[in-house]
Amino acid sequence: MEFLSYLISGISLGSVYAIIALGYTMVYGIAKMLNFAHGDVIMVGGYVSLLTMTSLGLPVWVAILLAMVVCTILGILIEGLAYKPLRSAPSLAVLITAIGVSYFLQNSALLIWGANPQVYTPVIEGAVKLFDGQLSITYISILTVVVCVVIMIALTIFTSKSKMGKAMRACSEDKAAAQLMGINVNKTISLTFAIGSALASVAGILLCSSYPTLMPTTGSMPGIKAFTAAVFGGIGSIPGAFLGGILLGIIESLAKAYISTQLANSVVFAVLIIVLLVRPAGLLGKYVPEKV
Amino acid sequence: MKRILALLVAVVMCASMFVGCGSKDDGNTLKIGGIGPITGDAAIYGQAVMNGCKIAVDEINAAGGIGGLQIEFKFEDDVNVAETSVTAYNKLMDWGMDILVGTVTTTPCISVSEKIYEDRVFALTPSASSTDVTKGKDNMFQLCFSDPNQGTGSATYISANMADKKIAVIYRNDDAYSQGIRDTFVAEANAKNLSIVYEGTFTADTATDFSVQLTAAKAAKADLIFLPIYYQPASVILAQAKAMDYAPTFFGVDGMDGILTMKNFDTKLAEGVMVLTPFSADAQDDRTVNFVKKYKELYKEVPNQFAADGYDCIYAVKAAYEKAGCTKDMKAEELCAALVKAIKEISFDGLTGTSMTWSDKGEVNKMPTAVVIKDGVYVSAEAK
Repeated sequence: MEFLSYLISGISLGSVYAIIALGYTMVYGIAKMLNFAHGDVIMVGGYVSLLTMTSLGLPVWVAILLAMVVCTILGILIEGLAYKPLRSAPSLAVLITAIGVSYFLQNSALLIWGANPQVYTPVIEGAVKLFDGQLSITYISILTVVVCVVIMIALTIFTSKSKMGKAMRACSEDKAAAQLMGINVNKTISLTFAIGSALASVAGILLCSSYPTLMPTTGSMPGIKAFTAAVFGGIGSIPGAFLGGILLGIIESLAKAYISTQLANSVVFAVLIIVLLVRPAGLLGKYVPEKV
Repeated sequence: MKRILALLVAVVMCASMFVGCGSKDDGNTLKIGGIGPITGDAAIYGQAVMNGCKIAVDEINAAGGIGGLQIEFKFEDDVNVAETSVTAYNKLMDWGMDILVGTVTTTPCISVSEKIYEDRVFALTPSASSTDVTKGKDNMFQLCFSDPNQGTGSATYISANMADKKIAVIYRNDDAYSQGIRDTFVAEANAKNLSIVYEGTFTADTATDFSVQLTAAKAAKADLIFLPIYYQPASVILAQAKAMDYAPTFFGVDGMDGILTMKNFDTKLAEGVMVLTPFSADAQDDRTVNFVKKYKELYKEVPNQFAADGYDCIYAVKAAYEKAGCTKDMKAEELCAALVKAIKEISFDGLTGTSMTWSDKGEVNKMPTAVVIKDGVYVSAEAK
């Protein structure tokens, strides 16, 4: 029974990682850059939804919608102001800019909302009880897993079937060739950021609902874990990010329960190292040799 | 090159004109500095200490000051980061600080106390509780219980009042404060034959999900969870325990203080939580009643233990200063030596205990008591 309970905590935590990792992977796959500010967009999503619910007293669905809208606009703004001017700059410059944006968002949040941790009101409360109450699964865990699967499937269909999705894949393979074929590369990248940031806001709401505390640094650690998950599953691959996130969550939970709470993180990263030694492109990643 | 050199020399000369100004003194004030987090994730502690200190300073100044000197009080933010804390200390030294009340949190205080020892400044921390704060430093004193005292105090209290409980401990093992209390708690609990059925840890990186630790504690049939941690992770633990219908007695130490003033915190979650603390705002003695009334008027909330610690620190400094018969013309080093000698001779009555005395090690001796949270306020555990 405890095992099931550990497994469920793991899947629930893993689903949050997976949703964040999907955002990372989308942006990396298309723009070939690591958007380290992704974790902080999550935090902004958390604050916007919390304020909508508590200060404005609006219903949950408005809060979710508003958080998504604000984060989408924020994502497009970040891309347009910070990353677009560096489109032809070396990738290291873009990486450092991303770290800068991350600090900018954290410190802005510090100024606007203050540093004191706030308690987040979960979007849904309560739990299902199974086996005479020996096992309880919170509704928020179930919701997280469902949302995660839906997003993963929707994204896969979007990138493989829709016209915009095809444009994204074309940009991902070869930007110059895509442009020659009449695809607006800049617009496509902006769209990717918009989708990634909307996902981040959903992740923020689910993260804060499961682990109900919110402060300006809330997004940074899950952001790093999710980046690990994306690499684990194969960065650039949508099902890979999903698989990586879920596995990371389960390994973390079970390591905490059966090996040692002190070694949980070490175990997670040891597994990551082993996977990358065997499959350098991650679990579902494709190894693309450099064209010379 | 020559021109740059000339410019540089000019700048240095201009700067040197201001050097003397910082420490210029009018001779009629005693400068007491304070350091603690007033922003950041431990902000509630620093703010409470600062507010408590200010009340004491205003009272003393209105009553004629310390030995005829008015107190000038300045509080610097350190965000609970050691490097920032040392910078804040240097800033206060430039300002001409005579005595330090601080720093508020443990890890920064360990760094700052090294500087204090080198510079020979008398310091009394309201709440940095590790023994590393005072170890080997004769001019650094604590007003709060040291970590060993909190750990042993908790174990003693539990064995006296709830000896048959099965205990689980969840602590943060990358934090000197949490680890220190856990170590002495476990040692004392074993000596007293208490049964500890589960121990779980977390770090700053894994402080989001506690469901695994809680499930394991529940599986081990623990009915008391000892939490020697700060209030922010504690609030998550309480929420997650409720979500899984697990309702043991939660027992915290001074780091738990502040949980009730967290924004949006549902105080129902903390119902029945016990906290080992030397101060409870519902005590009926004149000193506490008067302090709580003033604090509520000024800051619109019920003071916690940290506010009381800050208040007591200022009065303890006053008691030591007057006992030693210090005067303003004493040099910094003489003042420090006189205060170090005097604080070990006084017996001080304050909000956080009566007949407090200080040992050579810099630790305070006072009795631990416990409070329990009922309807969102602390009430004395004995009165339950």
